[in-house]
Amino acid sequence: MERRITIAVYIVIFAFLVFFLRLWDLQIIKGNEYRKIDERNRLRVIDIPAPRGIIYDTKKRALVKNIPTFDIAVVREDLPEDEATLSSLGRLIGLSADDIRKRLSRATAKPFQPVRLKQNVSFEEVARVEARKIDFPGLQVNVVGARQYIYGDSASHVVGYLGRLSIEQLNAPEYRNVPRESFIGQFGIEKVYDAALRGIAGKKIIEVDAVGSIIRVVRIQRPVKGRDINLTIDIDLQVEAEKSLEGKAGAVVALKPDTGEILALASAPSFDPNLFLRGISYKDWRRLVSDPRKPFLNRAIQSQYAPGSTFKIITAIAALEQGIVTGNTTYTCRGSIYFGRVFRCWKAGGHGRVRLYKALVESCDVYFYEIAKKLGIDTLAQYAFGFGLGRRTGIELNGEVPGFVPTSAWKLEKRHEKWYKGETLNTVIGQGYLSATPIQMAKLIAAVVNGGRLFKPHLLKYADTDIRPESIVKIKPENIRLVKKALMGVVADRDGTGRLARSEIVGIGGKTGTTQVVAGDVTGGETPDKYKDHAWFVAFAPGENPRIAVAVFVEHGGHGSTSAAPIAKRIIEAYYRQG
Amino acid sequence: MIDRRLLNNFDWSILVVPLIVSLIGVMTIYSATRPVLDAEQESFYLRQFYWIILSLFVFFVVVSVDYKWFIRFAYPVFIFGILLLVIVLVAGKKGMGAQRWINLGFLSFQPAEFFKIFFILALSRYLSGTGQATMLGMSELVKIAAVFFIIPAILILKQPDLGTTVILLFIFTAMVLTAGIRKKIILITVIALVVSLPFAGNIIWKGLKGYQKQRIIAFIDPQADPRGIGYHITQSKVSIGSGGFLGKGYMKGTQGPYRFLPENHTDFIFSIFAEERGFLGSAVLFMLYFFIIWRGFDTAKKARDTEGCFLVLGVTFMFSFYFFINIGMTLGMMPVVGVPLPLMSYGGTALLSNFMALSIIENVRMRRFALYY
Repeated sequence: MERRITIAVYIVIFAFLVFFLRLWDLQIIKGNEYRKIDERNRLRVIDIPAPRGIIYDTKKRALVKNIPTFDIAVVREDLPEDEATLSSLGRLIGLSADDIRKRLSRATAKPFQPVRLKQNVSFEEVARVEARKIDFPGLQVNVVGARQYIYGDSASHVVGYLGRLSIEQLNAPEYRNVPRESFIGQFGIEKVYDAALRGIAGKKIIEVDAVGSIIRVVRIQRPVKGRDINLTIDIDLQVEAEKSLEGKAGAVVALKPDTGEILALASAPSFDPNLFLRGISYKDWRRLVSDPRKPFLNRAIQSQYAPGSTFKIITAIAALEQGIVTGNTTYTCRGSIYFGRVFRCWKAGGHGRVRLYKALVESCDVYFYEIAKKLGIDTLAQYAFGFGLGRRTGIELNGEVPGFVPTSAWKLEKRHEKWYKGETLNTVIGQGYLSATPIQMAKLIAAVVNGGRLFKPHLLKYADTDIRPESIVKIKPENIRLVKKALMGVVADRDGTGRLARSEIVGIGGKTGTTQVVAGDVTGGETPDKYKDHAWFVAFAPGENPRIAVAVFVEHGGHGSTSAAPIAKRIIEAYYRQG
Repeated sequence: MIDRRLLNNFDWSILVVPLIVSLIGVMTIYSATRPVLDAEQESFYLRQFYWIILSLFVFFVVVSVDYKWFIRFAYPVFIFGILLLVIVLVAGKKGMGAQRWINLGFLSFQPAEFFKIFFILALSRYLSGTGQATMLGMSELVKIAAVFFIIPAILILKQPDLGTTVILLFIFTAMVLTAGIRKKIILITVIALVVSLPFAGNIIWKGLKGYQKQRIIAFIDPQADPRGIGYHITQSKVSIGSGGFLGKGYMKGTQGPYRFLPENHTDFIFSIFAEERGFLGSAVLFMLYFFIIWRGFDTAKKARDTEGCFLVLGVTFMFSFYFFINIGMTLGMMPVVGVPLPLMSYGGTALLSNFMALSIIENVRMRRFALYY
């Protein structure tokens, strides 16, 4: 008996030894591991979104606003998921029980994290849900910051919109610190300056108990508000530009010639970025992307067309500088000339005896054909390049296209053909291979009236007011004066092609341009829109020390003189009226 | 009256060490049930403290009566215990899905808790009567198993209270083994068990309640569903493991008060203790328990008669099994069986029953010198 008791004691000692070993294993060997699990149990990291920077126009008017929106969410672990509860919850928030079940099952939230059932609900709905919240444990209304675009579809191509992180962005290093659920800039300035605008999201580490009640806040890392952005855009002028494009497809760029500050950059048709307030609906998105008029296309920087007669400004400068013509050089226009084939002037009857002034004012093609006979394409291209064509302006928006300036080398390389002189005749009047964007044309006219000093068009206000030109084209002042005088004549003279831009308020100078869509004259009856030519007008005002330069482009607008010139006038007058 | 010599032979360690452990229990209950959100502290710790005072009183009452009287009335008391078990099934109070309580109006208690001691009394009386020289034979074994174990086991299983039934089985087996049975029987029993295990296991498995099955699954693979059935085991291991060597410090544990570990002040009180006091504190606590158990076996060896020896063996086994099953469970080495940690877990009846067991050890120990008596 005593022996058996002793055995029992040994068994007990053995059991204690086993327990000690187990305790050692759990607390010493795996201690850190369990400590981590313990922390994962009770510590939750909550993102505190940073207020997004506000985008202002040049007069410090906010173009965007951060507004609260409301989501209805539910903590699954707290909600009894029986049919009765789900269907009465469904009635409350306007979803079917199946919808709710689907949303809950799709959710990949961590335990005790709310699952979003409905987003961007109205105040009424919020009130209704709040009133009945006690009937549905786990139901909550969450406030989510969203972006409102105060001026609706105005300047939407500039300001842009927000969207959820795409799959690629989720993995991209520049978005590493962005909370996964957040909205980021996906277009326009919102996208380009997203890093500055979005600020730095804060973090809150909280301690929760098993049912997710907050016990205490362990640590708060406050969010850093996003930086505000001041644009050079003048929203009044912008709205005016958009109004003047109403019903048309086209673009207007207005800038300050002596700084490159863009006052208005309009592209029509436009879209309302408020549709993206909390993620655009599939229907709206389909409608916008399948619209044949391409509302997302920023025509001011993303569409390139032959500049037409607006290019004659460059030809004129090149000819003067190269000494091919002077202000007194005269050619006779009989409506066309023969150079390998017939090259027509737009005026069938001809302009008669023409000097450079008249050639620009009345946009005589023959005069420029005569120049083309003596002017090499590569020399002309050098002037075109000099005035910023053929390369991106570097405006702070994505997707800008460079336009194109042909050279003999290019032709030999790409087309394996030498350059024909006849092609120069086409090029001098802005047709043929040449293409340019409205922003480039605005930069060009600004540089011309500035005496050859090129300023980079920009949307962000620089802190430094002393803005230096990015490059200078050396032109004799008398040549500039001559060209400018002619451009004033385009608008001021009785026979000027830009006379529809004439203003009572201010002296406007400019040049019309028409881009042929189909070669030759389409005669007889109304021309269908899609065969109509594109209309250009580049303008500046006033004649001395110009304060504004404008480029107008109207797709299928017909003639530059009739459809584009009045728009330029309207914008310049609006600019002057506001002083 | 109490003999002076009895007082001289009184072993204070059998009272003081358990008292220390039970006070550690009160402190741990206090920490485990402390409110973490602004709520009032529930008075579990206070009620436990009152039960300790009551237990001390009962301890001295039990000690003052020579245990030969217990032996003398062992059978009537056993029958009384069986009656209580029947009453609890007929008129008992339900709590947490089981019918275990008898309500007397001014207090309610669990008869099964006390029955274990009645059971030990009766078994001790019987085994001491069989004489030491002869080993128990087969027919006798079946007989005592039927009378002393099977009947109460069925009644307790009906409540249902698997934990107590298992403890009864263990006590019975341990006492019978210590009393001595023929090797042939042991051999046959082991073979029979092994052979019938698939068959009997199936019957037992089917007889188990849903939650009992889940606990066994959870024990075998806690990771199968860590938020569901494996939750208790996982969280208990997290509590203990996160304590590390020195522990998080008193009132600094989080697993319990934050309700990650359910039933933290009853069955999982050790997890809370280990979280706050670490390996060091747990080791000291284990030493204290070992001392109590060792003292029990030592007393059994020194008892003046076989009645005393079996009595002390029985209560020591009971105490040990509770300890091992509970700690084994909290350490994740055994399935979750609703068995409290003796002296520390919240619960008045169990505390009282444990102090009664200790007082029986003391009773036998202080009267071990039969010649002088």
